[in-house]
Amino acid sequence: MALLEVENIDVFYGDVQAIFGLSLSIEEGQTLAVIGANGAGKSTLLKSIAGLCTPATGEIRFNGERINDVPPHRRVPLGISLTPEGRRIFPSLTLEENLLVGAHSKRPGYWNLATLYETFPLLADRRSRLGTNASGGEQQAAAIARALMSNPKILLLDEVSLGLAPVVVEQIYSALPAIVEQGTTVLVVEQDVNQAMKVSDRVQCLLDGRTVLEGKPSELSRERIASAFFGI
Amino acid sequence: MQWANAVVQGVILGGLYALLAAGLSLMFGVMRLVNLAHGALAIVAAYMGMVLVNETGIPPFATLLIVVPVMALAGWILQRTLLNTALNRQALAPILVTFGLAVILQNLMLELFTADNQSIDVGSLAGASIQITPNIAVGVFPLLTFVVGVAVIAGLQLYLAKTTTGRAMRATSDDREAAQLMGIDHRNIYALATAIAVGLVGLAGVFLGVRTQFNPTFGDVTLIFAFEAVIIGGLGSLWGTLWGGIILGVAQVVGAQAFPSSGVLLGHIVFLLVLAFRPTGLFPKVVNG
Amino acid sequence: MTSASVTSASSTVKVRRSTMASYIALAVSIVVVIALAIGPFAFLTKGNQQNLVTLFIYIIMGTMWNLLAGYAGMVSIGQQAFIGVGAYGVVYAADQMGVGPIAAIPVALVIAGVIGYLVSFLAFRLSGGYFAIGTWVIAEVIKLVTTQIQTLGAGSGISLTAFSGYKPALRIATVYWMGLASVVIAVAVTYLLMRSRLGTGFTALRDDPTAAATLGVNVTRSKRIIWVAAAMGCGLAGALLAENTLRVQPDSVFSVQLTATMLFIVVIGGIGTIEGPILGAIVYFALEHFLVDLGAWYLVILGIVAIIMVLFLPQGLWGLISGRGRISLFPTGYRLMSNQASTTPVANASADTTA
Ligand SMILES: Nc1ncnc2c1ncn2[C@@H]1O[C@H](COP(=O)(O)OP(=O)(O)OP(=O)(O)O)[C@@H](O)[C@H]1O
Ligand SMILES: [Mg+2]
Repeated sequence: MALLEVENIDVFYGDVQAIFGLSLSIEEGQTLAVIGANGAGKSTLLKSIAGLCTPATGEIRFNGERINDVPPHRRVPLGISLTPEGRRIFPSLTLEENLLVGAHSKRPGYWNLATLYETFPLLADRRSRLGTNASGGEQQAAAIARALMSNPKILLLDEVSLGLAPVVVEQIYSALPAIVEQGTTVLVVEQDVNQAMKVSDRVQCLLDGRTVLEGKPSELSRERIASAFFGI
Repeated sequence: MQWANAVVQGVILGGLYALLAAGLSLMFGVMRLVNLAHGALAIVAAYMGMVLVNETGIPPFATLLIVVPVMALAGWILQRTLLNTALNRQALAPILVTFGLAVILQNLMLELFTADNQSIDVGSLAGASIQITPNIAVGVFPLLTFVVGVAVIAGLQLYLAKTTTGRAMRATSDDREAAQLMGIDHRNIYALATAIAVGLVGLAGVFLGVRTQFNPTFGDVTLIFAFEAVIIGGLGSLWGTLWGGIILGVAQVVGAQAFPSSGVLLGHIVFLLVLAFRPTGLFPKVVNG
Repeated sequence: MTSASVTSASSTVKVRRSTMASYIALAVSIVVVIALAIGPFAFLTKGNQQNLVTLFIYIIMGTMWNLLAGYAGMVSIGQQAFIGVGAYGVVYAADQMGVGPIAAIPVALVIAGVIGYLVSFLAFRLSGGYFAIGTWVIAEVIKLVTTQIQTLGAGSGISLTAFSGYKPALRIATVYWMGLASVVIAVAVTYLLMRSRLGTGFTALRDDPTAAATLGVNVTRSKRIIWVAAAMGCGLAGALLAENTLRVQPDSVFSVQLTATMLFIVVIGGIGTIEGPILGAIVYFALEHFLVDLGAWYLVILGIVAIIMVLFLPQGLWGLISGRGRISLFPTGYRLMSNQASTTPVANASADTTA
């Protein structure tokens, strides 16, 4: 049984439909990358899994249980944790406080302040800096660390590389193996296709709210991805 | 020397204003909700204290053990029922609902207690005072109110800064949706904040009822003074609210010294001057969310 | 996103305008106004006329508060300031400037407008709920200052004497006709204002503040125009109040209860429509007559009804009658009360600061 199954969901913002009959499934321990152009529906997919959007039709199952009607704050104790697009660090809290808030659900596990500072050394030095004063890279690292504080079964990462310098992206992605090593299932959303191919076991490409391509990175040619990505 | 006395009395009066304003400041800080029933709730607490003293004969300070928890519970229920619903409606709903609530409470009190002035009797404490200099005497009860006001602000600040729930409150205030992603149920956080705020307004109301005469319409000025303290001090800053209360108190008492019967007006004018020249308040929060 | 909401905003306006129902409504309104105008000659007693002036005042008050809250999103709890200014203004102009009771009304209107314009610079520094209390403080200041002025009777108030040459019947009818004219003008101006570019600007603003800003909708300027218009409208209501009762007392003309009345009228009738406040004023006026024996319980009940309406029937009675806004007699193409998707408080706060 897959850890997370999304089956045939339609998601709307008011009258605007963002996702059309999308399905997806991830086995425990796997890393799946969802790629796609601007507006493809990637963030909407992650928000639906985390509970911020509710699918009008279709089903989302976690560990075999239907979670469509579970509010976002009760999905965290189940083991679902989202690092949202734009990081959404709490500006008036220090970075360390941001991490501590992440532990609100008190799920036990490997991750705690000490292990996270080890994995993200750049946070250790900046722990008492206010969220609003942290750099983009520090905020992104803190956002991931904050999500890990709940020791999730599945970590949802939305556009980690957005707006960051390549070195910083490298630095942040270098933490991924340590996360996967703990048995955590990871769903990364990326516009940076190369980055996505490098870190994932499987890639799924969205276009206008539908899946247009999926497969193992090694089996997909650059041309097929490019044409799926841009819909040409 | 009478000016020095006016300043001292003003500062002490400011402690009461800070005490009244703390809950208003907290609710706005946590959920951007301005509770227009805040003043009416203070007067409800004052009547509650008065009835308890008159009917059961328990000492005035002991009424706090009943009034504060009852008000806190009322606040919790109020948030879980009316206010959380209002926050999910359009932007005007919370303002309209809390204003409607103020009208309801005020008129209920009018029906129950008439428009006559009342006060809570504290016996000899009411007249007790400490002579500081030959010309300056400070009432024991007002001084106690001031100390409680400072303690409440400090305690609240500490609670928000140091406790897990306080941190969750600040996080929810910064970004409600992101807080939900951390597993925080914002409706509980809001209910807790309102419980604390209304509990504190209960505390403030009893002190107000001892210090001055009150009647059901007194909620209006109570709300206005509390609001002025919050704005003068700067939105989102609890210490600012304390300073705002003190500045307002000093403006009123010194103003009344200079122009008898215009103290309140001069307090308003100081508020308007702050609004005109320092709209973010005199002690704004360093971070704005 | 940007282009989508803008097209929807302008198309809403086009679709809703000038329906069959609106022509009928216009015709009926004209007939009613004419009938009311000849009323004093035919079927209205002096008492009726005075009561109707009270109703007219309620309609104006509701319409003005709706203009602020329903169209421009500004909840003011300080509109009593302008009622008071209008009331004192009319007495000052009629008796002390000696312009007579009729010309005094426009003078009072101008005074209210000027004061409204000036205080807007203070009030507009606040937003949302704090704007509400801020306007209340301003009203208190205006009241306290007024009670310092000896020539205006200080704390005890002042009587209007300019009508002393009039026979009672003529005086009452004069006030009545001025009241009727005032209602027609207040409603018509509000209607035209909301159908103008200003009104459509607010539609765009409600749909998407950022997009409206990039479109060049000057939010603060538009709000200030509405604010001054509402100040003048409330000044008009205050002027009529003074002429109808011949006596102005600071505690009553500056009472926050007047704004509570406006709120009840608008919430009960239906916010964000032209028809709502008119209907709300009629309902409020009738309830006040029938429930006068209830005393303060009356306001308790009204408060409860208002809260229930805000939460569960935000379109008000008019929304109920018109099938949630599908029929519109005076279409302005604007509905404020459509449920917003829950925005984060942060987003709310930043949108509000434009005020
Ligand atoms: N809050 C919203 N309200 C209305 N429509 C929205 C909202 N958020 C997204 N959309 C629309 O839904 C569609 C999918 O958006 P989504 O944010 O999921 O795309 P995305 O793949 O994450 O894009 P990006 O790479 O730019 O982040 C887009 O057409 C977008 O305009
Ligand atoms: Mg996205």
